Amino acid sequence: MSDIAGTKPALRWVVHLSVIFLVVLWVIPTLGLLVSSFRTADQISSSGWWRSLFPSEQNLTLRSAEPETQVLENGVYVIEGALFSADEQATISRWGISSRDVDAFEPGETTELRRGGTITVDAVGNYRMENTEEFTGNRGARIFVTAELPPEFTLGNYQKVLLDQSSTDSMAKAFFNTLTVTIPATIIPILVAAFAAYALAWMDFPGRALLIAAVVGLLVVPLQLALIPLLKFHLNIGIGKGYLGVWLAHTGFGMPLAIYLLRNYMAGLPRDLIENARVDGATEFQIFTKLILPLSFPALASFAIFQFLWTWNDLLVAKVFLIDATGQTTVMTNRIVELLGTRGGNWEILATAAFVSIFVPLVVFFAMQKYLVRGLLAGSVK
Amino acid sequence: MTPALQGLLTIAIGVSGCVGYFYLSNQFLDTVLFPPRGPNAGRNINRANMIRPWLFLFPALAALGLYLAYPVVETLRLSLTERVPGGGYKWVGLDNYSQMVAEPKFWEAMRNNMFWLIVVPAMSTGFGLLVAQLTDRIRWGNFAKSLIFMPMAISFVGASVIWKLVYDARPAEQDQIGILNALYIFFGGAEPQTWLTVPFWNSFFLMIVLVWIQTGFAMVILSAALRGIPEETIEAAILDGANPFQIFFKIKVPQIKTTILVVWTTITITVLKVFDIVFAMTNGQWETQVLANYMYDKLFRANDWGVGSASAMVIMLLVAPILVWNVRNARKEME
Repeated sequence: MSDIAGTKPALRWVVHLSVIFLVVLWVIPTLGLLVSSFRTADQISSSGWWRSLFPSEQNLTLRSAEPETQVLENGVYVIEGALFSADEQATISRWGISSRDVDAFEPGETTELRRGGTITVDAVGNYRMENTEEFTGNRGARIFVTAELPPEFTLGNYQKVLLDQSSTDSMAKAFFNTLTVTIPATIIPILVAAFAAYALAWMDFPGRALLIAAVVGLLVVPLQLALIPLLKFHLNIGIGKGYLGVWLAHTGFGMPLAIYLLRNYMAGLPRDLIENARVDGATEFQIFTKLILPLSFPALASFAIFQFLWTWNDLLVAKVFLIDATGQTTVMTNRIVELLGTRGGNWEILATAAFVSIFVPLVVFFAMQKYLVRGLLAGSVK
Repeated sequence: MTPALQGLLTIAIGVSGCVGYFYLSNQFLDTVLFPPRGPNAGRNINRANMIRPWLFLFPALAALGLYLAYPVVETLRLSLTERVPGGGYKWVGLDNYSQMVAEPKFWEAMRNNMFWLIVVPAMSTGFGLLVAQLTDRIRWGNFAKSLIFMPMAISFVGASVIWKLVYDARPAEQDQIGILNALYIFFGGAEPQTWLTVPFWNSFFLMIVLVWIQTGFAMVILSAALRGIPEETIEAAILDGANPFQIFFKIKVPQIKTTILVVWTTITITVLKVFDIVFAMTNGQWETQVLANYMYDKLFRANDWGVGSASAMVIMLLVAPILVWNVRNARKEME
């Protein structure tokens, strides 16, 4: 009642239309890649993905069956067949038998073949060739058709990218590597940060305010600064480049946000609850594990999602701390960047690879959106 | 050992190590060091309570110190030194910085970064506010918001691939497969454009990718802030005959000013750190260099740790005002 929406009917339409426009604008780029990942290389390079959603008119060069399939019917040699398989449902509008005149005939018309005999093609692609003499040669006659084909999609790209182990474009290994990086890098910081957050929220000690301020400060320190010093440190203590290094790095980089989010949430828990427990003789350790941790579940979930998305989508930390010269430990984001370099034009591979890597975060996102929003709000709105 | 197994083992060791550390250290404190019984029970309890916070904090502080605080100091040191071939460092003062500012690529990165810093936060916050306001009272608002929020889950690299397809260009005689060129031709453009290679404007095409990602973030936070505005102020404005636009700009926006500022600064920090998009889409070619990618080039391609660290310090310097502002806000809140 009080808003731009809802005052006047005309204005309300404008609001609805603008929102539809914005949503379409935001969804179209992703949709384009998703649709492309289900098309063959030829389809992608011959027409825009938005056309693939509708039947499209295409010029095709097809061939009849070979002369050896001919049969003798009442003294006439006949070759019969279909240009399209039963599930293709094409509709032919024009056809021809010469490359110089590809749309000479309408469906149902009959014409003479150059090497003798006649041919008829109907609208759904059934053809019949007749000749009083035997058809010769070992290849069928070329037939040019202008046909309207229904949308056609394939799972072949996904098969190639995910299941084909021998393929150089395989993402299977990178997928598991990403998973291997992500799960420990999500779980370990939560635990470490939860204890610290409890201390910062509910224990009184000198320097507490200063520590909280320091955490807020470290929240915005660009991790770019950490690359060289930490790589040096990892090399010095013998971890080198590898999973352990990347887990430690993600734990360190995720720590400020984890402490900050969890402390804010824990500080908001009712004071009575904790003081009653203390009066009842519970130790701090018991209060933390039996009371605080279960109650903080929403905040723990929020941070877990952030950290999961961040580690799954990360490129820089993996490149610096994980991926060595052998490339055995490559992650998906890095594979995709490599593909962008080497297979820049092969959209079927690129689109599929990108979607394989996008899919998991999207599922997490839609399943746990509530916690993500809650975490964002706790992190920034005061 | 396969990495998957190593991962599981790490989770097991990490988790049990953490739990073990916290449990055992607390036990040690309570039963061995300062047991709360005997002649000094009262004193012991107090002492134990003074030490306990630090037991809880220790692993987190160690991680923070080692992975974030120490690198700032170390990077500063590296930016003032130069590696001597064969090992060791030599103090070179501000040489790295002067070498850096003499490079045109650095200034190109600085100039582009300034545009990024203006355009991305402004557009993300603007679009976010627009969507938040428009979807506030419509029935399918949550559905719309969730779709606009979706790019937040997509990696910068994934987003780069998505947008590269949008910007794709084919020779003029072929069908365009990039939707931007298809629209451009449809609306009377003469030649398909290779958008990412047109200097100056190509940076804006890269910025759009980040705006596309960050708008959802701005929208979520601003939408919550809009809902938090007390109804009475708006009702009063309506009674006084304010039109919807006056209500929005004169009543609502001023009330959520602080939130807008928080969103703006948060996106600003993301912009300063943005690396993946430029790295994946143009790699700084065609005058699209930005600081974070410039730094990566110096550190890992040119292997010049001195200048690389110097450029990292420039990023730190640009973040510093926001850092100070955040810390001051946090302290004010706690008082």
